[in-house]
Amino acid sequence: MKNSILIVIFFVVGLGFGLFSLLPDVFSGSRMTLYILYLLLFLVGIGVGANKHTLNLLRSVNLKIFLIPLSVIVGTFLGTLVYSFLDDSLSLRQCWAVGSGFGYYSLSSVLITEIAGESLGVIALLSNIIREILTLLLTPLLYRFFGRYAPISAGGATSMDTTLPVITRTVGAEYAAISVFSGLVLTLLVPFLVPLILS
Amino acid sequence: MGYLLRNKRRFLVLSARLTDGAIFLLLFFLGVSVGMNEEVVSNFQNIGLQAFLLTVLGTLGSVVVSWLFYLLFFRKR
Repeated sequence: MKNSILIVIFFVVGLGFGLFSLLPDVFSGSRMTLYILYLLLFLVGIGVGANKHTLNLLRSVNLKIFLIPLSVIVGTFLGTLVYSFLDDSLSLRQCWAVGSGFGYYSLSSVLITEIAGESLGVIALLSNIIREILTLLLTPLLYRFFGRYAPISAGGATSMDTTLPVITRTVGAEYAAISVFSGLVLTLLVPFLVPLILS
Repeated sequence: MGYLLRNKRRFLVLSARLTDGAIFLLLFFLGVSVGMNEEVVSNFQNIGLQAFLLTVLGTLGSVVVSWLFYLLFFRKR
């Protein structure tokens, strides 16, 4: 919980720095996040390699491992279906397209902007960034109330990279393999699902 | 590398600390890039709420379904 609060503080302070352009251009957001992401993945790799249970877990879970990305797809479609009833300005198809970015905001927002125009593209960008932020913030709570696969499921495609460190810190490094697997399946699906839904 | 170093406790504690620090930095710079993206900033009020509610429901759906799957297929082993 303490970590979640610290994360919010860091995000808000960063938001302020970006809004008022307080940093020299060298630090402009996206490239820095990429470098830090590389560092994080390296650190997570160490954590995974150092954990003796990773391989055992992957073996014991076997085919069931596909249930995690499946739960993300089914759950996202159900949740955004409910939203499409609440908001008349977005069709079910548009809601599903935004939802099936699964947090992969760079790719899904570009795809949606290309196919369905800028305003839906911005919604997709915001929505998928929010999904990532929600996962980063709520992982400890999700774990406590909805089990060890809930943070992985909430993370969607991001559970293989940006949210992986938080997830492994919370549910244990031995779940990193499942988390990466689920994120990978979803990441691979995004470029197919989004155009399919909008076609 | 982690596998080779698996018996060095102090090293592992250090890498866990570094992971925390890197997560904070990542969020800081995610904030910076959101703050610097004018398209996102100017549309924040109009579209932000839509995107937020849609995402909350989508994410909640994922979490609930994963919880059901967890209770149904994973808990007893």
